[in-house]
Amino acid sequence: MDESRRNFLKVAGSAAVGAAWAVPVVKALAGGGKTQTWPGGRAARRWALVIDVNKCSSPAVQRACAEACHRVHNVPHVPEHKHEVKWIWSTGFENAFPEQAHHDYRRDLLENPVMVLCNHCERPPCVRVCPTQATFKRPDGVVMMDMHRCIGCRYCIAACPYGARSFNWEDPLKYLDHPRPDYPHRTKGVVEKCTFCTERLARGLEPACVEAAVRVAGPGAMVFGDVGDPNSAVSQLLRTKTTLRRKPGLGTEPHVFYVV
Amino acid sequence: MHDSGKIIGGLVIFVAGLTFPFWFTLAAGQADYRPDPERPTGQKHCVEDTAYMKAWHMDLLDHWRDEVVRNGQRVYLPDKRWPCSRDEDCTGGFCQQGSCRYDMSLTNNCLECHRSRARFCDRCHDYLEVKPYCWDCHLAPEEE
Repeated sequence: MDESRRNFLKVAGSAAVGAAWAVPVVKALAGGGKTQTWPGGRAARRWALVIDVNKCSSPAVQRACAEACHRVHNVPHVPEHKHEVKWIWSTGFENAFPEQAHHDYRRDLLENPVMVLCNHCERPPCVRVCPTQATFKRPDGVVMMDMHRCIGCRYCIAACPYGARSFNWEDPLKYLDHPRPDYPHRTKGVVEKCTFCTERLARGLEPACVEAAVRVAGPGAMVFGDVGDPNSAVSQLLRTKTTLRRKPGLGTEPHVFYVV
Repeated sequence: MHDSGKIIGGLVIFVAGLTFPFWFTLAAGQADYRPDPERPTGQKHCVEDTAYMKAWHMDLLDHWRDEVVRNGQRVYLPDKRWPCSRDEDCTGGFCQQGSCRYDMSLTNNCLECHRSRARFCDRCHDYLEVKPYCWDCHLAPEEE
């Protein structure tokens, strides 16, 4: 009895030593070089977006933003309403802000649609429910999607109170006339949403919607920046203007703000 | 031992079936067939040594994928430090502090040189019956 336990411990011990030795060796063989960020890329403590509802009230501005976003990210235009995929879109004020709106609210606000997108919440319910960590929150606040891990369970769609997530019921390639090879499209069976243009921030650019809004509606229509920096343009806007967040009572703490 | 004929006959058929792929390939004259992926012309080197890329490109791509998507790192400094003095010295990459660096992107880096998926990637993958799911979402520039 003693002898067999002794042998067992010997074998187990040498196996552990072997594994401990093998892991770094295999990693050294497979790992390759070092990684870094782009020179000139943008970093932040906490990214946030401020949308000026008054400057962005026209359908032309909202269409320009959605088209710019959907073009650079290969978001398909699916005609079947129930299968549609969207990263940024327009909705009625009373739908975007059901707590604030009432029938005698400011007419100019009630009469125009507002742009809505993923709110990149401080406490994102989608991240809490994702069983594979395919969606996760980056240290800079961006709620990111890893399409390689998404298994299409759609818990995140059920969890998101803003309808910011779309499921690919069909192969999106069918609905892309000119897919761009420089950004991957998605496959049937995964969930997608706005990523705050992480690929553009990494190169030092503004998000595509912000660029389009400023081009069409002028400076200040949409402002993107770091709320972790008290001197940033977004921080100053938030301190000086009246802003709304969508469904604040849920405690998700959205980081898309609306100047009204 | 009354069924030796049946047993031996059965064994012969079994062994013939088992070795079918070998003698069929021999008979077709393809025993020495090797896939021949089309290499890009006019390029000095890949991001790492060719031998490393042949053996480990799938691990390198997995590593890149995780670094880009999950860690927000997007630039690769190869283990093999290719010396450079300007961007043109680095095939498809850029030069920083005397070493070539590369965009960690299948479509924006690898496929810029290996422009045809069908004539490069697929030739080995088909031969080995490997079906990577890269192409579900990533497009090659010269997609037929």
